[in-house]
Amino acid sequence: MLSYIFRRLLIAVPTLLILMIISFYLMQLAPGGPFTSERPLPPQVLANIEAKYGLDQPLHMQMVNYIVGIVTQFDFGPSYQYKDRSVNDIIAQGFPVTLTYGTISFVIASLIGISLGVLAAIRHNTWLDYIAVGATFSAQALPNFVMAPILIYVFTLKLGLLPGGGWNGGQWQYLIMPVIALSTSFFASIARITRSSMLEVLNSNFIRTARAKGLSERAIIWRHAMKPTLMPVVSYLGPAFVGMITGSVVIDMYFSTGGIGRFYVNSALNRDYAVMLGLTILYGGLTVMFNLLTDVIYAWLDPKIRY
Amino acid sequence: MGLVHDNKRIETIAENIVEGEAVKGRSLWQDAMARFLQNKAAVGSLILLAAILVFTQIGPYFAQWSNEEIDWSRMADVAELGKPSIENGHYFGLDDLGRDLYSRTIEGTLTSFMVGIVGAFVAVVIGTLYGAISGFIGGRVDNIMMRIVDILIAVPSMFVIILLMVIFERSLFMLFVGIGLFSWLDMSRIVRGQTLALKHKEFIEAAHAAGVGWFVIVVRHIMPNLMGVVVVYATLLVPGMIMAESFISFLGLGVQEPNTSLGALISAGAGTILYDQLWQLAIPLTFFLTIVISLFFIGDGLRDALDPKDR
Amino acid sequence: MKLTSKSVLGALLASSILMSPALAAGSHPVTGEALADDQTFTYWELDERSSIDPQVSEDVSGAAFVRDLFEGLYNQDADGNLVPAGALSHSVNEAGDVYTFNLRPESKWSNGDPVTAHDFVYAWQRLVDPELASPYSWFMHVMNVKNGDAIVSGDMAPEELGVRAIDDLTLEVTLEAPTHYFALTTVHGSTFPVHRATVEAHGAEWTKPENIVVNGAYILTEHVPSERTTRERNTMYWNNENTILDKVVTLVINDENVALTRYFAGELDQTGVPAGQYPKMKAEYPDQAHSNPRLCNYYYTFNMTDTTNPAFKDVRVRQALSLAVDRSIITDAVLQGGQFQAYTFTPALTAGFVTPDVPIASMTQAERDAKAMELMAEAGYGSDNPLSFSMLYNTSEGHKKIAVAMSQMWKQKLGAEVELANQEWKTFLETRGNQDFELARGAWCGDYNEASTFLDLLGSSSGYNDGKYSNARVDELLAMSKTSDNTQPLYTEIEQIVSEEVPVIPVYHYTGVMMLNPALKGWPFNNVEQNWYSKDLYKVAE
Repeated sequence: MLSYIFRRLLIAVPTLLILMIISFYLMQLAPGGPFTSERPLPPQVLANIEAKYGLDQPLHMQMVNYIVGIVTQFDFGPSYQYKDRSVNDIIAQGFPVTLTYGTISFVIASLIGISLGVLAAIRHNTWLDYIAVGATFSAQALPNFVMAPILIYVFTLKLGLLPGGGWNGGQWQYLIMPVIALSTSFFASIARITRSSMLEVLNSNFIRTARAKGLSERAIIWRHAMKPTLMPVVSYLGPAFVGMITGSVVIDMYFSTGGIGRFYVNSALNRDYAVMLGLTILYGGLTVMFNLLTDVIYAWLDPKIRY
Repeated sequence: MGLVHDNKRIETIAENIVEGEAVKGRSLWQDAMARFLQNKAAVGSLILLAAILVFTQIGPYFAQWSNEEIDWSRMADVAELGKPSIENGHYFGLDDLGRDLYSRTIEGTLTSFMVGIVGAFVAVVIGTLYGAISGFIGGRVDNIMMRIVDILIAVPSMFVIILLMVIFERSLFMLFVGIGLFSWLDMSRIVRGQTLALKHKEFIEAAHAAGVGWFVIVVRHIMPNLMGVVVVYATLLVPGMIMAESFISFLGLGVQEPNTSLGALISAGAGTILYDQLWQLAIPLTFFLTIVISLFFIGDGLRDALDPKDR
Repeated sequence: MKLTSKSVLGALLASSILMSPALAAGSHPVTGEALADDQTFTYWELDERSSIDPQVSEDVSGAAFVRDLFEGLYNQDADGNLVPAGALSHSVNEAGDVYTFNLRPESKWSNGDPVTAHDFVYAWQRLVDPELASPYSWFMHVMNVKNGDAIVSGDMAPEELGVRAIDDLTLEVTLEAPTHYFALTTVHGSTFPVHRATVEAHGAEWTKPENIVVNGAYILTEHVPSERTTRERNTMYWNNENTILDKVVTLVINDENVALTRYFAGELDQTGVPAGQYPKMKAEYPDQAHSNPRLCNYYYTFNMTDTTNPAFKDVRVRQALSLAVDRSIITDAVLQGGQFQAYTFTPALTAGFVTPDVPIASMTQAERDAKAMELMAEAGYGSDNPLSFSMLYNTSEGHKKIAVAMSQMWKQKLGAEVELANQEWKTFLETRGNQDFELARGAWCGDYNEASTFLDLLGSSSGYNDGKYSNARVDELLAMSKTSDNTQPLYTEIEQIVSEEVPVIPVYHYTGVMMLNPALKGWPFNNVEQNWYSKDLYKVAE
């Protein structure tokens, strides 16, 4: 297993490199650039700006300079949009924010989702099943961009209980609404996948055998059914976590948390190349890490899986 | 003496075997179909979905306003004059710009329906095949295939979509392309995970031993066992696609004004909560939710029906 | 520890900042109103500004920071007139191309250094220095300072700029040619001085709260990117004793509906009003909802080159489309923010501008519609040969609503088939800049309060003329107006030509709509450029 993990980490480097190269060229292809503006800059001014940022060099040279900058000084470049800040500044300030509320949402969504799914499955076709499923419907009816303004309306304006936005270092009052809005969209899918997976597992032959042997229901569920049930759930959790971080755009927009989700969308729309690249590498790294984690967990859940 | 009864039958079979015909058994799919039809909730949902589709086709005949016409006399005060009403012909009320929400909801539902189905279909077909092959072959091939997925997940999809919009003409088809490009990625990971677990099972070993080629094993033995997970995830994908479409249209690709979609209507409705125009959110959300709930029951029904272990 | 003058100064500085300012509570010195104890003003920013460096800032929200943190030669009063700030007065030579400014001796930087003419020279040279590559370096061209253009293109060194410090308190500016609006440009943030030693010591980081040195009424104390920024009273400011607000907080909220919700929850003192909601807000909260004229226009420009829709080459089609737009619906039913219908390119409230009478303005809408249909028929379009074209706008709720309304008007009155094309911002700019459109949305806000800032756009050499409209007489008139004493007749003629040829369809002139806490007083509602200074605001006790 250890050598497997090591090999995977090794291959992460070329993976991220390829990702970066593809994204770099993709961005350059899109029309407009960081300095395309309502008042088109006079050619000399534009030339000066491009020279300053090295944008007048051939593309592959820009690529090389960028990589060298990262490797030698861990410098991800300047932001063209927020001229007082660098990409490092933006990520250093925004990522902890997103990571904090993202992780909390993820943990809560997973716990609630899995519990609800298991409950619904073992009490299949009873009122507990219907309530659990009904809860997932309600959650799905309220995607985060609908939930967010409603939460603010209720808790900030009508009830005056919570601040309407901001981060303030992550104090709990500022965490509650973002976490609710973000976790709601995900616990529904986690619950459904868990429920469906467990229903399948409970119907399978080896569970039938366990029952025939006279094992208690509790033992059956915890010792025999849980692990196979979790396989598809774990598969889903990987992309779900990364999806939560990229989907945090809406949360950042409505709750002014200063997280990186909003920067991701904005940097694409503003053609803020360095920020975009930096965040792409970050997300790429997260994706790779998480997929590695889920693969390792597979091996733990199902001992027959070998790499 | 049960054996005597079947003499006639056995004779027929024997004859037919000699002549090369086997008994016409019931296929897996026929079995599944029968079981599905017994599931009342699933069938009911299918009917409900069909009803919604029918509504989108005949609803326009009852519409007094088109989906793009602005009601000039009422547009200035939508909060007061825009409420749903039978008399003035705006059955669902007005949207924020003074257009008939009834016609717009009909159009939006149809568009979103197609978007959801196409997106989910692409995800199922491509994602399942890709994930199953990757998981089954394993080893280095699996590694490479999954790293490709990693890269595609992390590539900024917004640029791809903007580029698509620039290179190709804006159309509903391009919207499908844009959505299809990315919808299969998560599905492939889930399917691959399941395949990893399945490929060590005895019946797969048996197929190996019988000399069945790997592709046939994947298609005939692995995939049916994946159906449960695939179906559930597909029913979760549809609402996701519907929402993703509204973002893509925001970028300029896909559905353009005055055409609309459920995602766009819900988005617009969410913005007017503060101004007492709740019907603008409630109505498209209701249609959306109905589709979601119906798909759930259909998905559950399909999973039950296709589960080969339930014999 | 030796008591150096520096450490004494530092101690004084520290203690004066820690001590409460003179006017914590009490009454306003002029109006006598009772002042609130908490003099904090919290306002809304839709998107964080790109920079607060005076020579780099390029957006409206950044300009608000620059006005508070730094001080230039002149400020504006509540009505938009020039008042002395860093400069006490100025004189102009006979020829009109040399300005001499007398600076205020008591102006200081926040670290105690005096503000001198050299600081202005440094800042103005910096603005055009190709190394800084400021996106606003073109403003020097507007100011028409000698050698500005040559420096920007790298043909001359920044030191050659036509600005020099005769002594510490006298600044001399030499222009390329007499420019009658020059004094008005000194209100703009790009011309504000910066502290040379700080900029050179910290480079791109000099604007961070721990490094920044300012000469304005406020100093930056906190910056949490994309969340909040705080500026507080600068006790070294020469007029600090008249500053009443202690603290100004800016909250970044990307959604205007959420901002409005938080305003009502008491978290903001000022916010915007989403399009169409103003009448409701005005009716329910008359003392909080405000609509003030702004120095900006909104129009649609035809592509006047050969790549355009062939129908647009016919002036009758263009005239018909402009006539058929019912601007009262746009202003009164869609926007509903007190905007002004526009029949001319220049907003009516531009200082010194008299709106000429153009025929379209005095017709009733019914008359306009009739004339439009007549023109279309003449041009050969009708139900058997419908006019078909595309209109381009950038993604935004507001623009979408207007475009939809206009397209419906054209469809219902003229039978035209209009394709609505929206593109996200950058793509839109590229497309429009390449004349890759038929009819595209545009808007322009004046750089200074005088008509030429708008009309220049219609000149064939203007870099902002995306429709590439070219009329020799208009160019001639524009050139004449630069040196003329009586510009109104020239401007009138330009507007009349434009109204005849319709290279653009003027739609409306802006108003700024906002919700303002009634306890906040001193807001310059009449200033069409909306240059507000926190030092002129104050909160009364409730």
